[in-house]
This record gives sequence, C-alpha cells and structure tokens, in this order.
Amino acid sequence: MPIAIYCLNRLVQLIPVLIGITLIAFLLLRVMPGDPATLILGSRGTAADIAKLNAQLGLDQPLWRQYLLFLKDIATGSFGESIAYKASVGPLIWERLWPTIWLVLFSTVMAVVLTVPLALLAAVRRGSVADAGIKLFFIVAMSMPSFWLGILLVLLLSIVVPVFPVSGYGDTILERLHHLVLPSLVIALATAALTVRSLRSSVIAVLSADYVDTARSKGLRSRQVLWRHVLRNSLMSTISVLGVHTSWVIGGTVVIETLFGIPGLGSLLVSSISARDYPMVQGLTVTFAVLVVLINLLTDLAYVAVDPRVKLS
Amino acid sequence: MITGASSPLLRVDSLQVRFGSGKDAVTAVDNASFNIAPGEVFGLVGESGSGKSATCRSLIRLYGGSIASLPKGSITFNGRDLVRLSDKELTEIRGAEIAMIFQDPMSALNPTMRIGDQIGESLRRHQNLSSRAARERALHLLRSVGVTAPERRLDNYPHHFSGGMRQRVLIALALACRPKLLIADEPTTALDVTVQQQILRLILDLRQQTNLAVLLVTHDLGVVAQTCDRVAVMYAGRIVETGTTRQIFRRPAHPYTRALLNALPSSAGRKDTLAPIEGEPPSLAAPPSGCRFHPRCPLAVDACKQAEHVLRAVEPGHESACIRVGELGC
Repeated sequence: MPIAIYCLNRLVQLIPVLIGITLIAFLLLRVMPGDPATLILGSRGTAADIAKLNAQLGLDQPLWRQYLLFLKDIATGSFGESIAYKASVGPLIWERLWPTIWLVLFSTVMAVVLTVPLALLAAVRRGSVADAGIKLFFIVAMSMPSFWLGILLVLLLSIVVPVFPVSGYGDTILERLHHLVLPSLVIALATAALTVRSLRSSVIAVLSADYVDTARSKGLRSRQVLWRHVLRNSLMSTISVLGVHTSWVIGGTVVIETLFGIPGLGSLLVSSISARDYPMVQGLTVTFAVLVVLINLLTDLAYVAVDPRVKLS
Repeated sequence: MITGASSPLLRVDSLQVRFGSGKDAVTAVDNASFNIAPGEVFGLVGESGSGKSATCRSLIRLYGGSIASLPKGSITFNGRDLVRLSDKELTEIRGAEIAMIFQDPMSALNPTMRIGDQIGESLRRHQNLSSRAARERALHLLRSVGVTAPERRLDNYPHHFSGGMRQRVLIALALACRPKLLIADEPTTALDVTVQQQILRLILDLRQQTNLAVLLVTHDLGVVAQTCDRVAVMYAGRIVETGTTRQIFRRPAHPYTRALLNALPSSAGRKDTLAPIEGEPPSLAAPPSGCRFHPRCPLAVDACKQAEHVLRAVEPGHESACIRVGELGC
C-alpha cells in the first residue's frame, strides 16, 4: 500500500477515537467538583450571580446540548471560548503547541544521538568498565526526578558555567534551540536511560546472528559490520520503547515547562484545570490525543523504514 | 587424484582452539594438522561437538559470537601464518582469499539489506568497485549460481527467496572476489535432499571453473563420498584418521570411522539394520584419557587408556591414530 494512502487511512481511523476522547474529556470535567462560575466570582458571588454567569457561559444547558455545542466548536476550529482568557481556544492552543512540539522533537533527537553510540559501545564491550559506567550513569539519571536533574543542570550550565539560559523561550529559531538545550537534555536523559538498555540487549542478541558472521566473512571491518548490519537489525524493539516513551513525554512536559519557563501545552493545561476552564481543558485533551496518535503513526512508519519485512496494512 | 602434500594452499599444523577462559575453558580442537591443495575438496567429518566447525571457523576467526582465544599452532595460507595476523589484517583475507558459507541459509543473510547490496559489499570492500560496477558483478554472479531472472532479484530482500535460492545467493556472495579457499560449514544440512544435490553440484562445478579449494565440513558421509578428494575424521576435538576418500571408505583404519560407516544406510544392501554407535560423545570439558574413543570402542584394551595421540601411516597418504590398527584387518 502506498505510504500516503496508508497515512490517510490511519488519520480517518482517528475520527472515532477522537469522538470517544471528546466524550470522556467532556464528561470527566462535568463530574469534577467545582464549577467555573463559582471560581470566577469567588466567595462574594450570590446564587443569582452564579446562575447568571452560568447562563452566559452556556453551562445551564442540558449536557447533551453542551456536548453538541462543543463538537460544533471543534468542527469550526475555535474549540469554543476560553473562560479564563476570554478568547477562542483554538488559536491559544496553536500558539502554545509549538514550544511543546519543539521540546519533544529536540529531546527525542538528543535521546537517539545519545543512545546509539552508547548502546553500541556497551554491547560490543559488554562486561567492561565502559559498559558498567554507562549502566551506572543512566541508573543515576533515571533515579533523579526531572525537576531535580533540571535544577542541577541549570546550576551547572547556566550559573556556574553560563553557557545556556536559565529559563524562557527565545524569539528566533536559533535562540529557541539555545533555550531548549537544557530542558531537552533533561527529557533526553530519562528517555535514553530506557532506550540504551533496550538497544544494548538487542545488539548483543544480533551480534551472534548468523548474518553477522556472514558480514564478517566478507572481510568488513568491525565498524562497518556494526553500523551496516548490526544496528539496523537491532532497532525494532528500541523504536517501540521510544514511541511509547515519547507519547508519555508529550503529556508529561509540564514539570519541565514550568521549571524552565517554556510557554507550552503542559503549563497551560495545569492552569486551565485549576481555573475549571472547560473549553480549554477539552481542547487540550483533544490536542494531546491527536499528538499521541501521530506519534504512534510515526512509530509504525519507522518500523517499515527499518525492516522491509514489515508491511503497511 | 590430487594429493595434498605437493604444494598445499593451506597447511594447518598442531592447531589448538580453546573457548572460554580459566576453569570453564574448553579445548574444542586439539593438535589438529592437515593440508589442502589448490582445487582440492577436503572433507572434515565428525559428530556434532567433534570440533569440526571450530576447526574451520578458527581459520578466519569467526566464532558466531562465542569468545575464543587466539588459536595455537600455525595456519599457513598462501605462505602467510594466519595465526600471527591481527584481527584487522585478517579482514583483508576474509572474503578476498578465504570465503565461507554457512549451515543455515535462512539466517545467514541480513534480512534488512537488498541481495544485490549484500553481494556487492565485499566487491566494494576488496576491489574498490563503484556501486554501479559492483551491481553489474553481482548480477553476473547471481546468474552464474543459477538464480533465475537475476536482474529482478538484485533488489529483493532475503525473505523473497527460498532456502535453496538463499544458499545459492550465499555462494555467489562468498565467491564474489574469487577466493582461493571456500570454507563450507555444513552447507547442505538445512536443505531438503533434492536441493542438497543441486548445491553440491554447483560447488563442484565452480571449483572446476576456478580451481577453488573447498574445506567441506559435514556429518554426512554420503556427501563426503560424493564430493571430497580427501577426508579427515574428527572425534572429540582430535583428528583420528585422514586419507583419500577412497582409502577411508574402502579400508577404514580407525574403529570410529568404521562405526560411522556401519551406521550409514547402505545402498548396496549389505545390511538390513543400521548399527548405531553405543554410548555418547564425551564432554570436551573432561575428555577421557588416552584414545578418546576407548570408552565406546569394541576393540579397546588397557593400553588404549594411556595411548598418546599420534597419527601413524597405514599406507601412503592414509594415517590413523588407532594403536590397534593391526587388529582391524586392513
């Protein structure tokens, strides 16, 4: 099946998933204690004021009606009007989407760049000091909470040796990359802790495969054998680990975004939930769902790119 | 008949191969010596675990992921001692002068690389061919090993090929740089009988065309009878008998060789039942003293428990390690 048609197909399949997700997001918010009107008016609000505001926000309507209105707002792309920001949710999310996407993308690239050479080294020299050192380093990195690791890196690389900015998100692309190095590194270390172990064990298994002997019997140098024959055949399980972990990172960037002052989706989500900004939370939930589905799609495409035996279907 | 003694291409002398280290070390090959002449097909026969694979793999140090220490003894190939070469120097020999084909063609090809690229790789490594020229050669090689419609097959992946076709591809790959010696480690064991015949035929044809020497490792005496000029029989890491194929089959001079031959289904109808060899092959971690076959040997006497391992000539070109050769009636 041609790749474009396959992707289109997958995106069409996404529609029922999204409908399910909107329903869950919608109902969960309505079940949650606390409502926007009470929060906005605070303790001074009378029952009459609250009712009036609820009517303004459309929250006095029956639930099914509210849900249909929500769907209509999604279809127009506005995702409704944010209660806290008094503006359309769609453009607000769009603006905050990019820092998160850059963060996820940059940290994933960094994780891969860290993983491949370290896993190969650990596998080829298994049992050596280098292998043990790599293992220990990532156990330490994984055991440290990300906010702590982030603070340590800021202390070291922004204050003691001021190479990277303490926080914020620049204006030009280069500035942004510069600002994203430390936060991405914190995420990448956590990702690489998983992927290095997974890739190391696959490489060890592949190293004793018959076709690796065939490659050696051709007289290829060990480096050629490793990069051309061993690495590609070891990638499958690591791609799964990376895919799952990246989906998780998308929803979990809030700590990093808050720590480094990055105006991304995670921090928006947290503030919207505490303000009971229903349309915003609904819009964000749908956005996260779409991102996770896209990552799954990318993961599947990566399988196909790596192993010719995997067919798109 | 070609004799190995005249001017050998390969001379293996007192080869010892050990796996593992310290207390767990196992000597897989002990004091093995043999020669192979240019254009000769030399068979290495024995049960699983007899050290025949370790012997042939140690020549180019390919152990399939197990850790072996550097072989002891000498392996003189074309005037150079391979034991003295560094791993890096050995890569110049592998594929260019000594090539190898493996037992299981289903797993010996890289599943994620196109066939044409896999064949072209050694040409580009050793002959500095451009990718276009390597592709041309690969096409030619596939045709010469009998792959049909090779121009369409070059861009296929291994999973598009049957087992027999994959072994043909592996042979094309091994012979790409016109090596002088082909190590074939049980090349037909994983194939069905009709395909076996085609592959053996192909190897023999290619040796005819290019004066290729072949070190054929097998446990199948039928294959030996059909293809080999000379044979060495291995038991528990040692060569126990060596001679021309005719000598070994006509006048086996070691009780183990005899037992192997008796265990063959005979097409001449001499026997109705097969005679299996009693007992099991010994563990190489703790081999029996003296002649390692004595616990299973019907002719064993006390002297066999202390017998030193020495190959003695029975007739010209035919040697046996059995001290009771006289009693064998040959």
